[in-house]
Amino acid sequence: MGIIKADKLVFEYIRRDEEGNVEGITRAVDEVDLDVQQGDFIAVLGHNGSGKSTLAKHINAILYPTEGTVWVDGMDTKDEKDLWNIRQEAGMVFQNPDNQIIGQVVEEDVGFGPENMGIPTEEIWARVEESLKAVGMYKYRKFSPNKLSGGQKQRVSIAGVIAMHPKCIILDEPTAMLDPNGRKEVVRAVRALNDVEGITVLLITHYMEEIIHADKVFVMDKGRIAMQGTPREIFSRVEHLKHLRLDVPQVTLLAHELKKSGVGLPDGILTVEELTQELMRLYHV
Amino acid sequence: MSIILDHVNYVYGGDTALAVHALKDINLVIPDGQFIGLIGHTGSGKSTLVQHLNGLIKPTGGSIYFNGEDIHADDYDKKKLRSKVGLVFQYPEHQLFEIDVFSDVCFGPRNLGLSRQETELRAYAALKQVGLEDEYFYQSPFDLSGGQKRRVAIAGVLAMKPDILVLDEPTAGLDPKGRDEILDQIAKLKEETGITVILVSHSMEDVAKYVERIIVMNQGAVMYDDVPREVFKHYRELEEVGLAAPQVTYIMQALHKNGMPVQTDVTTIAEAKDEILRVLDGQMRVTEQMQDLGAM
Repeated sequence: MGIIKADKLVFEYIRRDEEGNVEGITRAVDEVDLDVQQGDFIAVLGHNGSGKSTLAKHINAILYPTEGTVWVDGMDTKDEKDLWNIRQEAGMVFQNPDNQIIGQVVEEDVGFGPENMGIPTEEIWARVEESLKAVGMYKYRKFSPNKLSGGQKQRVSIAGVIAMHPKCIILDEPTAMLDPNGRKEVVRAVRALNDVEGITVLLITHYMEEIIHADKVFVMDKGRIAMQGTPREIFSRVEHLKHLRLDVPQVTLLAHELKKSGVGLPDGILTVEELTQELMRLYHV
Repeated sequence: MSIILDHVNYVYGGDTALAVHALKDINLVIPDGQFIGLIGHTGSGKSTLVQHLNGLIKPTGGSIYFNGEDIHADDYDKKKLRSKVGLVFQYPEHQLFEIDVFSDVCFGPRNLGLSRQETELRAYAALKQVGLEDEYFYQSPFDLSGGQKRRVAIAGVLAMKPDILVLDEPTAGLDPKGRDEILDQIAKLKEETGITVILVSHSMEDVAKYVERIIVMNQGAVMYDDVPREVFKHYRELEEVGLAAPQVTYIMQALHKNGMPVQTDVTTIAEAKDEILRVLDGQMRVTEQMQDLGAM
């Protein structure tokens, strides 16, 4: 069994009117099966309201399945005795950095998680140091978080999660509020965690450029997994993605448009280098 | 009908050791009917600048003129100014509060002291302008999707009939289709009504696609102020200040570096496609001619 596994996961919530009468039931996640291996970099795409965040919240037991089961490292998330173990193993980073930083000083904030786990002081400091170094924020350890940029704050949030030594980290649109530089910083930090530390990553995003390095991409629609595959497989299906209210990176879209005009390009071009290489090949014949 | 910023300076905490010079000698003319993109990294002064446009912040130096009148003159009617320069903040849906969509949009014009009929006509027109279907008018705004909520919030500002619409990152957090829908709707609105639009954005691709003029802010000063094509020529300088050019610009640069004679000042996919096809077709014709010559 992989580090994260979901079996026929269903989540329903009941809509109520102002008097508390039941208006209807919404099925936010609909029979999702998932099997993520330790060390994978997984991306989840999907339009607003497709069920991505609801799915993510099941992985560290913020929500419980209405039907089906979710296991994190073999632990059933419905099993209350494992709750804290699950939350320590599967850390979560949210969209707004200002909502998840509580410390007055960067290093205090990062130490908050391990401190609550009852870890000895010396080890807390060791963990704070290694986590801040992993996201490239060590030299800001004495700063007040409100003096940092959005991307820096978000990297501090990520350090706070990795200080708890999780096996996997779930990032729910971590770059939505950042400028281009902040986005780059965060994506680079997340990739390094995956490559160097071997932490399993599940990245939810609306920015198509951020997922081209993922091992596997899931696309959600109406609570179900509508497409899955490698980034290349997913981005080869430009029209289908557009139908699901999504997009492809500009370079992929340009290649797709050129191909429609009769230029002999392969499907699923993901990087500027690939497109340049292919076009130069055509140019030099 | 225009806004003129004349040597505008703004300093926070002026008399203390923590003084921050947030805007430095800003000189801008914003004429009627332009679609302007305002870009800059977090903390570059974009938001401080737009809050000066409708008098929410008073400059510590310099003046701001709206239609030739100093907006900080003692007898100037600021309330009127705020209805003429509409500001849509980030995540404007957090400001929705009424029991249904229609009432929420009516709130602004009703506070202008308009008659009930005029208020409702304006609210109806504004909701149509943002492309919201009638069926949602009497729903609670909190039951709508993220993109729909944002449209309602924008309609709330449009119902004030502003001459200038300032949108601070109107697409943050929306899915790609939602982003396109909102921006297409704004472009259409601009086309139909001739309203001036100032779009604050972190997406270089969006800015390149929609606007006719880009103002780049860096450390409280205007770094560039030009058409997109010219601004994105400085992509290296933009990177140094935490920005970038659209991805297509990098593709054209890479092709050019490798010896393909394409124009590099391209900022949208459509332009890039035409340019690459032009070069490839041209080369094909040359090759055919050479083959013809060879056969002779």
